[in-house]
Amino acid sequence: MQKNNHKVSGFVRRLGGVISAVAIAVSATAAFAAEDTITIGYAVSKSGPYAGGADMTVTPNYQLWVHEINEAGGLKLPGGRQLPIEVVEYDDRSSAEEVVRAVERLATQDKVDFILPPWGTGFNLAVAPLMAKFGYPHLAGAAVTDRASDFVKRWDTSFWFMGGGRDYTSALSEILLKAREEGKINDKVAMISVADGFGIDLAKAARPDLEAAGFEIAYDKAFPPATSDFATMLNEAEATGADSFIAFTYPPHTFGLTKQAKVANYNPPVLYLGVGAGFPVYPGIAGGPVDGVMSLGGVDPNSELNVAYRARHEAVVGRAPDYWGSVLIYASLEMLAQSIERVGLDRAAVTAELSGGSFETVLGTTKLENNQLRNIWWTGQWQDGQFVAVAPTDRKGAATPMLPKADW
Amino acid sequence: MLEHLINGLVLGGTYALIAMGLTLQYGIARIMNLAFGDTIIVACFGTFVLFSGYQLSPLLALFVLVPAGFALSYAIFFFIMQPLVERAPHTAALEVDSILVTFGLLFVIQGILLVVFGGAYTSYSFLNTPVDLLGTTVAANRLSALVLALVLGAILIFVLFRTRWGMMLRAVALAPESAPLYGIDVTRVARYAFSIGGALAASGGVVISMYQTFTATAGVVFTMKALIVVILGGKGSVFGALVAGLILGVVETFVAAYIDPGLTLAATYTVFLGILLIRPTGLFGKGG
Repeated sequence: MQKNNHKVSGFVRRLGGVISAVAIAVSATAAFAAEDTITIGYAVSKSGPYAGGADMTVTPNYQLWVHEINEAGGLKLPGGRQLPIEVVEYDDRSSAEEVVRAVERLATQDKVDFILPPWGTGFNLAVAPLMAKFGYPHLAGAAVTDRASDFVKRWDTSFWFMGGGRDYTSALSEILLKAREEGKINDKVAMISVADGFGIDLAKAARPDLEAAGFEIAYDKAFPPATSDFATMLNEAEATGADSFIAFTYPPHTFGLTKQAKVANYNPPVLYLGVGAGFPVYPGIAGGPVDGVMSLGGVDPNSELNVAYRARHEAVVGRAPDYWGSVLIYASLEMLAQSIERVGLDRAAVTAELSGGSFETVLGTTKLENNQLRNIWWTGQWQDGQFVAVAPTDRKGAATPMLPKADW
Repeated sequence: MLEHLINGLVLGGTYALIAMGLTLQYGIARIMNLAFGDTIIVACFGTFVLFSGYQLSPLLALFVLVPAGFALSYAIFFFIMQPLVERAPHTAALEVDSILVTFGLLFVIQGILLVVFGGAYTSYSFLNTPVDLLGTTVAANRLSALVLALVLGAILIFVLFRTRWGMMLRAVALAPESAPLYGIDVTRVARYAFSIGGALAASGGVVISMYQTFTATAGVVFTMKALIVVILGGKGSVFGALVAGLILGVVETFVAAYIDPGLTLAATYTVFLGILLIRPTGLFGKGG
């Protein structure tokens, strides 16, 4: 009997659950009609080869931002009204066609209020024309491009938050030049790059910078993205006698290179690796201290805003953000929220506000220059277990590069 | 020169290790398993969980995950493949059916992994220590892939060519239509071949996870590589998979060292095309 009762009550509970679910659905529809939520849509790679990058840098920050806004009662509108965010999310399956289709769907069928960008330079370029066509502000976060100024002219709703390849490579050349003048390294550089968007762009940007700084690029090879074995390339690079080893790589290569460099006890005075070296998991993957390894990005460990952001990210998402793009993407979302607070849901007005306004973000007071964020750390280095920013050297909070790199 | 040869063999060891399982599944069980690479990824994550959560050495994890791989593949064959095997009018139809079913299976496995582990890059450090092999420094974890490939390959070849049971496997591989005439239960043999293939995939996954970064959706890369090696070596031939895997490793390394690392992929397919033009059934393949 006892058991039976249990069953009945279980059934009632389930029935109750169904009824309340229906009620919620109905009220949600009603709410939607009365504009009681703000819909934010995005398509990111949740599967396929780009899922790893999106899952590190983009998606967690969207989740964190939506969580924080809704916890606080919703996005603020002019006049003090607050509306919670409702998210429409698609998986682009790491396919460029799919991301374009999803963004079109978000704009035309879901008719969301705002669209957040996908992960990756190529995908942001793929959706940029659509975002401009439908008049959505496009906060291209995880996209590195030297042509941002051209793109802003072509797509006037686009904003670029990660700088260009040339920004990163010229900052690196400056550091190398200084180290050479101090007699810490010779004038030879070995460079490898992945034969895919990021690697091609950065290697192309690095060559003229390094040559202008008087370096000889003694080894310069591109490898296919599926490459998993770096023994041969490291051997060849080492054989050139170059004191600086530069790799423009994606995380699987960055991790593979690190492991191989450790095994081969390859300790060039300058070891600069690509995406992945700024992930918080990097020292764990390397299996030991990684002091001296350089890469793109970096943070100022003494910035209270940044420390607080990292703590919140860890508390809500359950893991730490990376040391490069995450904070930039989060700042772009804060700017969006503040623009909406000032001008409301009119997308053209929000675009104008993003373009000209000044914002208080995790980066401090932030203002875009020609629709681009320029307040970016270009080079970082692992020092005492933290990935600290070392360039631009004249910016407040920059650490001094420690060269040569400590042995593994 | 010797250095590149050794590095190439070590790289080829990985290729051979992942291909041997697929050659059993495809050559003997006639299941073109597109979810093969995802089985490898499951083992990668399994090793990662055992290592980071329970401090179990990946080498000991082999003893957990290889039987688990066998059991999982046995269950997959029993519940999903067997109905296909029984209704397929001939082996060509079975191959087509199995491609469709395992294509679906691939997404099921990926989906589960994505839900459980998310899409992040996963990697850890184990046995990343230098070993001196004839004057060349190689990573102990990579070397273990080569050693495991050679040991497992030798055991399989011994079983296939020196035992009665192995003879049955070869009979089914060679003439699945005639094997029942000799009292061989083809479905049962195929089930075991498929399961051993799964166990080999698991062993590959355990070892690969020590040095390669993996994600929930990276399985297709392994499936493609294994498929190339299997077709190159001749489907169903363990020895062929071993030799073809090592050849690919050596070719890729020599091309990377003497020509350009950018051409390793092109070199792989050139070797692939070249050998298939001369021997359409692969290096050690028997008939079509």
